[in-house]
Amino acid sequence: MILRELSEAVIKGDSNRANELTQKAIREGLAPQKILNEGLCEGMNVVGEKFRCNEYYVPQVLLAARAMKTSMATLKPLLKESEVKYLGKVVIGTAKGDLHDIGKNLVAMMLEGAGFEVFDMGTDVPPEKYAEEARQQGAHLVCVSALMTTTMPAMRETVKAIAQAGMGGKVKIMVGGAPVTQAFADKIGAQGYGENASVAVAVAKSLVAS
Amino acid sequence: MTQPFVKKIKDGPLLCDGAMGTQLIDLGLLGGQVPEALNLSEPEKIKAIHRSYVEAGCHILETNTFGGSVIRLRGYGLEDKVYEYNFQGVRLAKEVMGDRGFVAASMGPTGQFLQPLGPVSVEEMEESFSQQASALIEAGADAICVETMMDTKEAVAAIRGVKRLADIPVLATVTFNPAKQGYRTLMGTDPLTAVRELCEAGADVVGVNCVAGPWQALEVIREMKKVSDRLLLMAQPNAGLPIMEGGKTVYPLGPEEMAKGIAELLKEGVNIIGGCCGTTPEHIRLMAQLLQ
Repeated sequence: MILRELSEAVIKGDSNRANELTQKAIREGLAPQKILNEGLCEGMNVVGEKFRCNEYYVPQVLLAARAMKTSMATLKPLLKESEVKYLGKVVIGTAKGDLHDIGKNLVAMMLEGAGFEVFDMGTDVPPEKYAEEARQQGAHLVCVSALMTTTMPAMRETVKAIAQAGMGGKVKIMVGGAPVTQAFADKIGAQGYGENASVAVAVAKSLVAS
Repeated sequence: MTQPFVKKIKDGPLLCDGAMGTQLIDLGLLGGQVPEALNLSEPEKIKAIHRSYVEAGCHILETNTFGGSVIRLRGYGLEDKVYEYNFQGVRLAKEVMGDRGFVAASMGPTGQFLQPLGPVSVEEMEESFSQQASALIEAGADAICVETMMDTKEAVAAIRGVKRLADIPVLATVTFNPAKQGYRTLMGTDPLTAVRELCEAGADVVGVNCVAGPWQALEVIREMKKVSDRLLLMAQPNAGLPIMEGGKTVYPLGPEEMAKGIAELLKEGVNIIGGCCGTTPEHIRLMAQLLQ
């Protein structure tokens, strides 16, 4: 079945094959939403699981994400026409003062793979900018990543900025990154903690459902 | 021909210094500028940190040049400062150390992935490190410490970038995380493979840094030793995993606890010990006592 082959191609990180199969699926008249969910997202779910149990590492995840991205480029124009049901809108970035983006990029890709609409603000994002973008996009979730302990306080400031912008109850916040812990997340008032990219997706899903 | 620095390492374990980054944070020096800029704007404060480690008894000072690669500084629009930041970084350490010990110039990751995962080619990567190393060597570094590497391919590019300029000793340490199969880098490389790649590229000393604590470093070192019993090894663990306490970031592993773990690393035959994130002059002082 073509969608099974498509998710296999994503899992294997074969961008060309994934794109070809996406195009074939479109020609065969399969609904874009179905191609996205059962082909691409399904593949990324497996990738996420493999990453979580250390079967896959960063390189494999990046290659799979690239296969997904290439296919998404083909699929996006059609998705815009049809009714796309995203799981939610997510604003993501790295904390102010931090330029590390590996983790953030991984999480962004996997959230997209899981069916979220992701707005990636890049690195060194001030707290107010998260709030602004979240408001503009009508985001359900803001994700802040930090690799340096120096930039962790900026995460607390982001929680405050969101509250100050009046979005306190409506927009959930998830934090993550090597030095970040659940205890830290609790302390600053974040609703979620993503221990790794896979867990982040699971947490994101539960946060938007609640 | 054995370099004096390498000969000194072979003669008996050496003590490297503790953290620079977390010391800068504690002193409130970071905020809006890259740490390397402080080599120009706050030289006395950088020297004070170096001095505190020398007084604690370290034999090797690492320079405040960790993020000084061309690729990383370019990301901040500071490419034109590469030479100055790195040159001054070594000068400051040398001024403090004098001829009492050695200066190992720090070279950390660029923050970018190599092709095909990212935009940087191997040539660009090597060139980035080569340019940085050129300033470090001209300023008189005794060795280059390629550290906190998460991708061994990047570490190899760094080692090659240095060795093509001069036959200066290169220390190469990698960061590992615990995984189901054992310790692995972010990219999935195990310690044995890492050692082989680093040695093949020409590293004189190999090891691990920026892992949670000395016992984690010990597990990695034990793996690495399986490659050969003639390796020169280095370990610079963190003082635990950071926690937030009263608005401040605290590293929970104190000097006494840390020293117990360092003692085990010395028993295992590690040639250079020191500390990474969260370690202080007090941590180093207790490590120095172990070497007496």
